[in-house]
Amino acid sequence: MNPRYLPLTATVAIFLIAYAVCIAQYPNMLSTRVIGNLLTDNAFLGIAAVGMTFVILSGGIDLSIGAVIAFTGVFLAVLLQSTAIHPLAAFALALIITTAFGAMMGAIIHHLEMPPFIVTLAGMFLARGMAFVLSIDSIPIKHPFYTSLKSFYYVLPGGGRLTLIGGLMLVVFLVGILIAHRTRFGADVYALGGGTATARLMGVPIGRTTVMIYALSGFLAGLSGIVFSLYTSAGYSLATVGVELDAIAAVVIGGTLLTGGSGFVAGTLIGILIQGLIQTYITFDGSLSSWWTKILIGLLLFAFILLQKALILLSDRRRRHA
Amino acid sequence: MTGTLKAYAVRLFPQVAALAIILFMVSLAFPGFFKLSFQNDRLYGSLIDILNRGAPVALLAIGMTVVIATKGIDLSVGAVMAICGAVAAASITAGHSLAFTLLVTISTGILCGLWNGVLVAVLDIQPIIATLVLMVAGRGIAQLITEGAILTFNHPGLIFIGSGSLFGLPMPVIIWLGFGLIVALLVRRTALGMLIEAVGVNRRASRLSGVSTGVLLIAAYILSGLCAALAGIIAAADIRGADANNAGLWLELDAILAVVVGGTSLLGGRFSIAASLLGAMIIQSINTGILLSGFPPEFNLIIKAAIIVLILVIQSPRAQSAFIWMSRVRAAEPKKEQEAK
Repeated sequence: MNPRYLPLTATVAIFLIAYAVCIAQYPNMLSTRVIGNLLTDNAFLGIAAVGMTFVILSGGIDLSIGAVIAFTGVFLAVLLQSTAIHPLAAFALALIITTAFGAMMGAIIHHLEMPPFIVTLAGMFLARGMAFVLSIDSIPIKHPFYTSLKSFYYVLPGGGRLTLIGGLMLVVFLVGILIAHRTRFGADVYALGGGTATARLMGVPIGRTTVMIYALSGFLAGLSGIVFSLYTSAGYSLATVGVELDAIAAVVIGGTLLTGGSGFVAGTLIGILIQGLIQTYITFDGSLSSWWTKILIGLLLFAFILLQKALILLSDRRRRHA
Repeated sequence: MTGTLKAYAVRLFPQVAALAIILFMVSLAFPGFFKLSFQNDRLYGSLIDILNRGAPVALLAIGMTVVIATKGIDLSVGAVMAICGAVAAASITAGHSLAFTLLVTISTGILCGLWNGVLVAVLDIQPIIATLVLMVAGRGIAQLITEGAILTFNHPGLIFIGSGSLFGLPMPVIIWLGFGLIVALLVRRTALGMLIEAVGVNRRASRLSGVSTGVLLIAAYILSGLCAALAGIIAAADIRGADANNAGLWLELDAILAVVVGGTSLLGGRFSIAASLLGAMIIQSINTGILLSGFPPEFNLIIKAAIIVLILVIQSPRAQSAFIWMSRVRAAEPKKEQEAK
C-alpha cells in the first residue's frame, strides 16, 4: 500500500473500532439520531477545520479562526438587532469581511515574510477585540428567517435528522475535496507545503496562493460563524474560545502532515467525527468527567504525531535504499 | 565593562523608551499614577501594582525567551500553570508541608518541560505541535487533579507567596526579579547563552561543531516548565485556590507577545531576558493603563494586535534590508561630499 494513505487508513480504522466499542457498550449509539446529532453538533467545527486543512497542507497555521467565528456571530447578531437588513444580506456582508480579513493576513505573511503563527495570533487578538467592541453581551437572534432555517431538515431512515447546518458541513467537505484534488489551486497548495523554494521553481505563484489560502480559511471561518449563530441563535464575543486548537487536532488526527504537503481533506472529517464520538460517549456514560475529552484528544494527537514521524523515517530509509 | 554597558543600553533603549512613553501617557489620564505610599511594611501604588500583576507573564516570559531563542515555542505554559496550581493546592490541602508542596509542584513543572523537550529534541517534532499536545490535554489533567472543583486552601505559608511582602515589595515581584536575575546571569556569565543562540540560528551546524543541541533544547523546555510552575504557584496563591479552567488561560500568548515586544526574533537566535521582562511590563502597563484611564477593557485586545503588527513590520526581513540600505546611503553621502571637495 502507498504509505501516503497509511495515516488516513489508521484514522478510519480508529474511528470504526471506537464506534464498534461504543455500540458494544451502548447499543443505542447505533442510530441515525446519534449520527445526525454528531453532524449537527460539530458542523461549525467541521467547516472551520476544512479551512485549517488547506492552511496546514501549505505548511502554515491559522490561530485566528475561533476569534473570527465569534466575531461573525456577534456581527450578525448586532446587525440583525439594530437594522432591518435581511439575514442573507448580513451573511454576505459577514463573509466579505472575514474573507478580506484572511486575505490581509495572507498578504502580511507573504510580503513581510513573517511566521504565520504570529501573524494569525495578531489576527486572533484583532478579531476577538472587534467582537468585544461590538458587544460584550450575549445577543439573542430572534429573526423569523432563522427559525425557518432551523426548522429545515431531512429525516433520515430511523428518525435521525440531517439538519441544514449538518448538511452544509458535508457539502463544504465535498467542495473542499474537489478543490484540493481537482483544481490548480489545490495542486499549488500541496506544492507550497512541499517547500517554498521548490514550489517557486515549479512556477507556483507563491504570493497569490498564500493570500488565497488564508482568504479561504477566513471565508470558511466566516461561514462557520454563520453556522454557529444558526446553531446557538445568538452572538457572544466570548464564544468558541480555543476552537482553533480543536480544528488543528482534527486535521492532525485526520492524517494531514503538520509540516505540510501531504494529507487529505476527507481525513479531517473523520478527525472531527472521532472528537464528536468521544464527546457523545462521555454523554452516554454520564459519570465520566467531560475533561476526559481533552485528555483523550491530546493522547490521540500524540499518537498521530508519532505515527507521522515513523512514516517519514520509513520513507526516508526506503529512498536511501532505492 | 563600559562597552558592554553601552551595548546593553542600546539594546534595551526601544523597550525602555516605549515603557516610559506608555507610563507618561497613563499618568496624563490618571494624575495619581506615580504616587507611592508605604503602609503595613510594604509599598503601595499603581507602579507596584503593575510589577505585581505582571508577575506571571514576566516569569513565563523568562522561559519563553530561552525557548524562542532556540527557534522553538512553548504553547503549553498556560496549561502547565493550571496543572502546577492544581498540584500545589491538592498537596497543601492533603496536609503536606509547604516545602514538600513546593518541591512537588516545581518537579511537576520540570516534568512537563521534560516531556516537551523530549518531543522536540529526541523525536524531532516541530515545537508548535509538540507543545500543543500538552496545551490541549493539560487543562484536562489539571481538572482531574482538582476533581472538577476549585480547590481552595488557607495555608498561610502558601498564601504568603501570592500576597505577602518582603523588603517592602510584594512577594511575586521579588520572585520574578530574583529568578530573572539568576537566569540572566546564568546564560550571560557563562557560554550557555551563546550556545543557545547557536542552536537557534542553525541547529544542524551547531551540532556538527560539537554543541550538544539535544541537551540544550531539553534544558530550555525544562526552564520554561519551571517558570510555568512558579507562575502557577503565584497565580494559585494569589486567589487562594486552584482554578483548573481559568488559571493561566491564554497567558502563553501574552508571554510570547512579551518576548516579541522585547525584540527577540521568533526565528531564533539573539535573545535578551531583560528586554523580555521589560516587554512583560509594557503589556501589563497597557492593561493597567486602560483600566485606570477609564477606557473600556474591550480595546485591550485591539491595542495588542496593533502592537504585534507594528513589531512585525519592524522585524520583518524586508523592512530590515530597507533600513540597512537607507543607512548605507546615509553613510555613503558624506563620502561623496568629501570627494567633491
